Amino acid sequence: MKTVAKTGNEAMAYAMKQINPDVVAAYPITPATEVVQIFSNYVADGEVDTEFVAVESEHSALSACVGASIAGGRVMTSTSSQGLALMHEILYIAAGNRLPIVIALVNRSLSAPINIHCDHSDTMGSREAGWMHLYCANSQEAYDSLIIALKTAEATAVPAIVSTDAFILSHAMERLEVLEYSDVQNFIGEYKPRFSALDLENPKTYGPLDLQDYFFEHKRAQIDDFSKVLDAYDKAAKDYAELSGRYYPAVEEYKTEGAEVAIFAAGSTADTAKEVVDDLREQGRKVGLVRMRMWRPLPVEQIKATLGKFKAVAVMDRSDTMADFGGPVFLETRGMLYDSEEKPLITDYVYGLGGRNIELTDIARVYDDIEQVANTGKIEKLITYLGVRGEK
Amino acid sequence: MSMKFDRPMNWKELPAGCLIDEAATSLRFKTGDWRSMRPVWNSEKCIHCLLCWISCPDSAIKVENEKITGIDYNYCKGCGICASICPPKASAIEMIREEK
Amino acid sequence: MATLKELSKRKEGLVGGHRACAGCGGSATIRQVLLAAGDKPTVVGIATGCMEVATTIFPYTAWNVNLVHNAFENSAATVSGIEAAYKVLKRKGKIKDDIQFIAFGGDGGTYDIGLQALSGAIERRHKMLYVCYDNEAYMNTGYQRSSATPYCAHTTTSPAGTKIPGKAQWRKDLTEIVIAHDPAYAAQATPGYYMDLIRKVEKALAADGPSFINVLSPCVPGWGYPSDQTVNISKLAVETLFWPLYEWQDGSYKINMKPREPKPLVDFLKLQARFRHLFKPGNEHLVEEFQAKVNRRWEVLLRKEQATSA
Repeated sequence: MKTVAKTGNEAMAYAMKQINPDVVAAYPITPATEVVQIFSNYVADGEVDTEFVAVESEHSALSACVGASIAGGRVMTSTSSQGLALMHEILYIAAGNRLPIVIALVNRSLSAPINIHCDHSDTMGSREAGWMHLYCANSQEAYDSLIIALKTAEATAVPAIVSTDAFILSHAMERLEVLEYSDVQNFIGEYKPRFSALDLENPKTYGPLDLQDYFFEHKRAQIDDFSKVLDAYDKAAKDYAELSGRYYPAVEEYKTEGAEVAIFAAGSTADTAKEVVDDLREQGRKVGLVRMRMWRPLPVEQIKATLGKFKAVAVMDRSDTMADFGGPVFLETRGMLYDSEEKPLITDYVYGLGGRNIELTDIARVYDDIEQVANTGKIEKLITYLGVRGEK
Repeated sequence: MSMKFDRPMNWKELPAGCLIDEAATSLRFKTGDWRSMRPVWNSEKCIHCLLCWISCPDSAIKVENEKITGIDYNYCKGCGICASICPPKASAIEMIREEK
Repeated sequence: MATLKELSKRKEGLVGGHRACAGCGGSATIRQVLLAAGDKPTVVGIATGCMEVATTIFPYTAWNVNLVHNAFENSAATVSGIEAAYKVLKRKGKIKDDIQFIAFGGDGGTYDIGLQALSGAIERRHKMLYVCYDNEAYMNTGYQRSSATPYCAHTTTSPAGTKIPGKAQWRKDLTEIVIAHDPAYAAQATPGYYMDLIRKVEKALAADGPSFINVLSPCVPGWGYPSDQTVNISKLAVETLFWPLYEWQDGSYKINMKPREPKPLVDFLKLQARFRHLFKPGNEHLVEEFQAKVNRRWEVLLRKEQATSA
C-alpha cells in the first residue's frame, strides 16, 4: 500500500491499470477523457497487457466490449453523459448476455442544453438496463470501487458502472492509498469466463432471436441473476476491506445514532453534507446522513432499515424524472418504504443540475426544513428545486 | 448442451445468458412442410456437377463422396432453384406438385 | 482455390431448418461464404436483419460455427472486439488455434446504420472479412428503401406512385467507399457466380488486414420474382452490367467478368415486380436513363481498371 495524489480520473485509470483487462474499447468524452487517455499511455508504454481499441464512437466502444467479452476477455471501458446515452442500446445487450463488463464513468448532465458538468441524469437514465451502479464520494472510493465492482461483476455475470461526479471528483486532486499490483491481481483472480465464442470445440449462437415463447423466460432468468448481486457485492466489499482496511457498504450511515432526521444523498454531495452534519451535531441537533452508494440493484432491506428509523428524510436528487414528481431516488425511496410500519416523512430536493454548485448553506437549509417537517408532522413542500434562480 | 427440445423450457432450465449452447439445432426444425412444389432427382440423368448443391439456400442437396445422393425433404422448401439451374443436357431434377 | 468437389466434403457452416424464404439469395450467400472459409476455424458476427432472425430463432440455430449477434448497426464493431480479445488471449497463450473472423450485415446494416462501425473497423485494421449480403432494401422489416436500393425500384417507402416512379435517387456505391479506406482487399460478387465468390472469400481471408466483399443477394419477395429464379437473376445482374464483378487490392482494380455482349438492362429489370412500373407507357425514358447510368458507371470502372493495371 502506498499513498499517492490523484484526481478521480487518474485514480480510475490507475485501478484499470492494476486490473490489467484483456480489452479496453473506448472513446473520449469530457470529463472522462483522461481515463482513456491515461490508460492509453499505459498501453503505449507496455505497462499493461491490454488490447486497446480506439473506436469511432461510444456505441462502437460498448459494442466492441460486448464482442470482446463474449470472446472470453476481461473487459472495461470508460465514458460519461452523452457517451453513456449513445451506449444505451448496448447496455441492455451486455447485461442480457451476462457479460461482466465494467465502465469507469463520470457523471455528467445530458443535453439539451449541452453542458459538461455534473449531475446524475446519465446513469439514472440507464438504471433499468441491468447493470450494477455504484456512486462514489471521492477518488479513493472510485479507485477501490472499480476493483470491488469488477470482482462482483465477474462473480455474478452482471456488468457494472462505477461513477464519480464530473469535475468535482474527476478533476480534483486528492490523496489516496493504492494497493500493490499483486494484491489487486490476487483479489480479482484470473478471469474464468462462463463461455467464449473462441471455444471452437463447442460452437454456440450468442444473441439469438427470441419470440413470444422465450423472451419472458430469458428476462426472468436475468432478473434472478440480478437478485444475487447485492450479496456478491457485500462479500466482495468485505473481502476488500480485509485487504485494504476500507469498507464500503451499499448504504453508508454517518452520525445517524440518535438522529431524528436525515439527508439521503449520493456522490460528492454526501461528503459535503458530512461537514454540515458535524456542525449541526455540535449545536446539539439530532441530524444524520445516509449515503446512497449502490442504486442498482436497490439495497432495499438496508434502505428500509436505515431510513425507517427517522421521523423525516430529505432525499437529494441530482436529476429529475420529468414525471412532475421529483427525482428518481425520491420516487424509488418512497416506493421501498411504502409497506414499512415505521417510515419517515419524505421530501425531495432536486439540486445541482448541470454542475450548479451546492453550498454548505444549501444543505444546512435542507436540515432546517426537514427538522420542521419532523417537528410538525407536516410536509409543506414535497419537492423543492434547490439552488435555482426564481425558486424559493 | 443442456437445452430441451421436446417441450418448452422454463426459465430455470435455460442456459446462462441468452445463448443457444449447441450448434445446428435448427436441424430439429423441419421446413419441408413449407413446400408446394417438390424437386424429384433422377440419379440416372445426374452428372454430379454439384451446381444444385452449391446454390441451394437450405443445404438440402445431399452429397456423399463428391456425388449427389438425393434431396433432403426435411429441409427443402421447394424453391426450385436446383431444377432451374440443372444443366439442360442433364435435366436431372423435375419439379412436381406436392401431394397433400 | 477449392473446387466444388472439395467444398462438398467440408462441414456446412449454415445448415437447413432455418426460416429464410424459399429461394433466399442471402442464405445462399452465407452458405457459400462459410463453405469457402470452412477449411480453417472461423468465428462469425452478424448484424440484426433477415439472415440473423431467420437463422437463430431460439432454441433453433442454423449455425454450425460460433455466431455472435449483438445489434443492427454494430456487426463490424462487435467483431472488432472479438478480434481484439483473440489477439490478447493468443499472446497470453490462452488460445492456441489460428482463427479467422467474418462479420455479416445486410445492406441496411452496412450501407446505412452500420456504415460508421464498418468504417471504423477497417480504419483500425482489424483482421476480419466483412461480407455485406446486399439485397437492396430493408427486407426484414418489409421491403423499405435503403441507400443500396437501386434507381426507380419500388419499395414500401419509395413506392411507385402516380407522381413519383419509385426511388428517385441512385444507389450509394459502398464498395468504392470501402476502397477509399485502403483495405487489404475489396470485391463485389454474387452467389450466381459461386466460384468467383468462393475465390474472393479465400483471397479476402488470406489478405493481411481488413477485407470486404459486397455480395448482391437476390430477394424473392422484396424483388418480386419466382423463387426458382434467384441464381438466374443473380447472373443477369452481372451480364447486364447492373452489378459488375470486380476486385481491388493494393490499389489495382480487376474486373472479373466482362460480358462480350452485355445484355440490355431490361432483361434484368423485367423479371422483377419492383421494376414493373417502368414498363408502363410513358416511362420509357426512365429505363433509358437507368441504362445510360449503368453504362456510364461501367465505363468508369473500365477506366479505373485500365488506369491501375500494372
